[in-house]
Amino acid sequence: MSKPINNRAWFFVLPVLGFVMFSAIIPMMTVVNYSVQDTMGSNQFFWNGDQWFRDLLNPTTEIGARFAGALGRNLTFSLVALLIEVPLGIGMALCLPRQGWTVGFVLVLIALPMLIPWNVVGTIWQIFARADIGLFGATLVGMGIPYNVTQDPTSAWVTIVVIDAWHWTPLVILLSYAGLRAIPDAYYQAARIDSASRWAIFTNVELPKLHKVLVIAVLLRFMQTFMIYTEPFVVTGGGPGSSTTFLAIDLVKIALGQVDLGNAAAMSLVYNLITLTICWIFYTIMTQMDKRGAE
Amino acid sequence: MGLSLENVGVISAGQPVIRDVSLDLVSGSMNVLLGPTLSGKTTLMRLMAGLDRPTSGRILVEGRDVAGIPVRKRSVAMVYQQFVNYPTLSVYENIASPLRVARLGKAEVDERVRKAARLVGLEPLLARLPSQISGGQQQRTAIARAIVKGADIVMLDEPLANLDYKLREELREELPRIFRETGAVLVYATTEPLEALLLGGNTATLSQGRVVEFGPTASVYHDAQLLESARVFSDPPLNEIRIAKHGDQIRAGKTEHLSADGELAGLPDGAYTLAFRADIVRLGQPWQKSIRLAGRVAVAEISGSESFVHVETALGTFVCVEIGVSAAQPDDLVDLFIDASRVFVFDEAGRRAGSRSNR
Amino acid sequence: MARVELDHIAHSYAPKAAEPAYALHPLDVVWEEGSACALLGPSGCGKTTLLNIISGLIAPSRGRLLFNGQDVTRLPTEKRNIAQVFQFPVIYDTMTVAGNLAFPLRNRGMEKRAIEVRVAEIAELLDLTRDLNKPARNLTADAKQKISLGRGLVRSDVAAVLFDEPLTVIDPALKWELRSKLKEVHRALNVLMIYVTHDQVEALTFADQVMVMRDGEVLQRATPAELFETPEHTFVGYFIGSPGMNFLEADVAGHQAKVAGTVFELGRSYTVPAGSTKVQIGFRPDYARTAPSGDIPVKVRRIEDLGRRRLARLALGPHEIYATVPHDVTIDGEDAALTIPPNRLFVYVDGRRIIGEDRR
Repeated sequence: MSKPINNRAWFFVLPVLGFVMFSAIIPMMTVVNYSVQDTMGSNQFFWNGDQWFRDLLNPTTEIGARFAGALGRNLTFSLVALLIEVPLGIGMALCLPRQGWTVGFVLVLIALPMLIPWNVVGTIWQIFARADIGLFGATLVGMGIPYNVTQDPTSAWVTIVVIDAWHWTPLVILLSYAGLRAIPDAYYQAARIDSASRWAIFTNVELPKLHKVLVIAVLLRFMQTFMIYTEPFVVTGGGPGSSTTFLAIDLVKIALGQVDLGNAAAMSLVYNLITLTICWIFYTIMTQMDKRGAE
Repeated sequence: MGLSLENVGVISAGQPVIRDVSLDLVSGSMNVLLGPTLSGKTTLMRLMAGLDRPTSGRILVEGRDVAGIPVRKRSVAMVYQQFVNYPTLSVYENIASPLRVARLGKAEVDERVRKAARLVGLEPLLARLPSQISGGQQQRTAIARAIVKGADIVMLDEPLANLDYKLREELREELPRIFRETGAVLVYATTEPLEALLLGGNTATLSQGRVVEFGPTASVYHDAQLLESARVFSDPPLNEIRIAKHGDQIRAGKTEHLSADGELAGLPDGAYTLAFRADIVRLGQPWQKSIRLAGRVAVAEISGSESFVHVETALGTFVCVEIGVSAAQPDDLVDLFIDASRVFVFDEAGRRAGSRSNR
Repeated sequence: MARVELDHIAHSYAPKAAEPAYALHPLDVVWEEGSACALLGPSGCGKTTLLNIISGLIAPSRGRLLFNGQDVTRLPTEKRNIAQVFQFPVIYDTMTVAGNLAFPLRNRGMEKRAIEVRVAEIAELLDLTRDLNKPARNLTADAKQKISLGRGLVRSDVAAVLFDEPLTVIDPALKWELRSKLKEVHRALNVLMIYVTHDQVEALTFADQVMVMRDGEVLQRATPAELFETPEHTFVGYFIGSPGMNFLEADVAGHQAKVAGTVFELGRSYTVPAGSTKVQIGFRPDYARTAPSGDIPVKVRRIEDLGRRRLARLALGPHEIYATVPHDVTIDGEDAALTIPPNRLFVYVDGRRIIGEDRR
């Protein structure tokens, strides 16, 4: 269906363009500017060409190794988080009640973690996970499990993943729940008549009907996990060692800690580019699927 | 003057959905767009309402090109297949809503709302909410809202499709009376031939985004000039036989010979399609001039006031309609008589041929 | 294949109330194996409730449901051996047509080779053979409805196929094809089919037994021809036929009925029971002929050309009457007359038809 075209609409976009200009484009250009220059301090810059980028993408250099390590951790983290949260979210959505007074109650309860700001979540878990006084940490230690966020990399990773799952699985649950509710009863009725097992109903009715909301859920969760910063910053500070030093954390360290503007600028641009590329891939897959579905 | 479409075309996603449509719809007239799903009815209506713009061609209201005039500023009202009412407003306020937008005085609003409500038979229900009335009454509310503001163009997109059969029948009978007084250009889309006949006025038969034929409903029905138009305007589906005329012989299929009576008389040699609706076929009893076929009754089904008898012949299965309950039983051997003076003959390009072909 | 029996089935959505309002009044019906039945009535008449009881979606508040003599009242849907075609097409989007048809058999653990044979058989019956390997979601609405039907038919043990207004989303021209397909399938497989609809054309053309329902009550259960020719209830007369039957309030005595001062001759002699509040005569517009001269003088309001027939809207005193104008009759001006064969005139007392005595 074609939509009416009205060129006056562009006029209304101007304020937004202005805002984006100041909030995004100008800072971005500044970063681009830093990424091709070097400085000896006192605000004097000189041209450095693409050297920062070469160093960054070369794992044998110090910065290159750091970047590759952090990028690997980021991708691993996103993958692990998605693998846990998406199935868990769908599973929990399937268990939620469909009608009755409990629906509203349960939904609010589930949405609760999402209402808490990242840094508060971090602080809560920082205390919660402490091996001496934290309920979570102390319980694990009490059960004889070697658990220590500040010294044991595995503990640190598990904690970060658990935090993210606790914080954001509700988003997947709510999206899946909405998707499930949109399936007409006739489909379930038909599947029962066909003697489909619970698993067959899930794979043949629910999952195909959920695919659109799931694509959105995966996209949102990927972008959020790939940007992860606050939780490790608050809970582990990127440690122990560099085991939970994700790209964003490293970036802040280089830019603000070491004031190494050239490296930081190059790194943030590449980071940005990777995010964009992955989102573009997602988007393409999504629209392709839509097109196939419409045929 | 009314509403005119001049060579309008729409291309959507590379596919032509409306092809070269020209129509002149006069004020105060009822115009039916008749065609199957995806024949372009809704798209045409959206164009007329100004919701979409044509890819090519012009749309004129009162002789003025209306491209670029937003829908809000056009005098257009629309009724949809789904019952679209404001759920929190009473029937009265639902009908009054377009007048409230136009900021009319209280007394005038009241007068016009009551007049519209009387016309559609909703007067006793004005205080109710849409959820408290039946589907038929909800659609009456929507229709009242469409006519209350006195729009120049009122469009109805299959307004009866979601109603129960009997409610549909009742409302269908009332609609011509309701609309007679509006003086607007009425455009009514439907998939059902019977609805077009009951509404009267003019009918445009649509097929694959094209207006096949446009004219007074009765003459488009009784005197279709194109095969495609006759097909669209037939329920039960049009019966068709491929025939070939050689000298004074008319052959159909491999063995059958038909008598050159009625429409078949005086045809030039060539290949034709002989088409006839179910109502000019009857069993056992010849017409003044008949085409006779021998057959066997496959199914006799009563549908209410009529019976459909499906008869298998050497030339295919044909449907015949009888009023009341048919005496025919499956497997009866019957003679099928087709009224030769009322059949349609179409040439190979699908245009009318035969002695009645010149209107 | 089986016969389905409703043994005093009734349903109320609030069974605990002091006076339960029945959505479905107590009902005894037997549907024989291989018959085609329709439940016909307006929205809210209880037909969907009854269908849901048969399919197992609702447990009736009273009575028993028997399949082949076996009580299935409390059995879940999947154990009932029924198939259902819904109002809109329900198909498995991710599977091919063949996959859809094979699904119920795979779930029942049937052997692969046997499944293929059966699927091919049913696809052939439904003209789906060419589409077997296409993804089901790309097909048209009518093909999808055929797939839904096919999923029921592949099972050889199916007791009944239920149809819930299956032609709602189908174009008029395709409705014809799909309807004949249904009848063909019914003849070929000899399976009990129960069809729910508000559309008289669908119900009457499909079924050999039709139950007309209103307000949870079955008003008449008969063949299509009987429903048309001898409606037992005024609602049946009104609901079946387009337009419905004419009903005129009358003073009935013996073999005559007086309507607004005009006498109608009745085919039989009637005695109206004492205490009845409403006495009507009823006749079909289709059997009432309008002509320039005849038995009952009437005024012509309007003549409608419905394409294959003409209908006259007539006035007799305060009453409005629909009657047929035969093909070969021309009527000019306001005055005309009505002729009704006496054996087509019925008498209704408080909505129900009463049978008169033979005149001789």
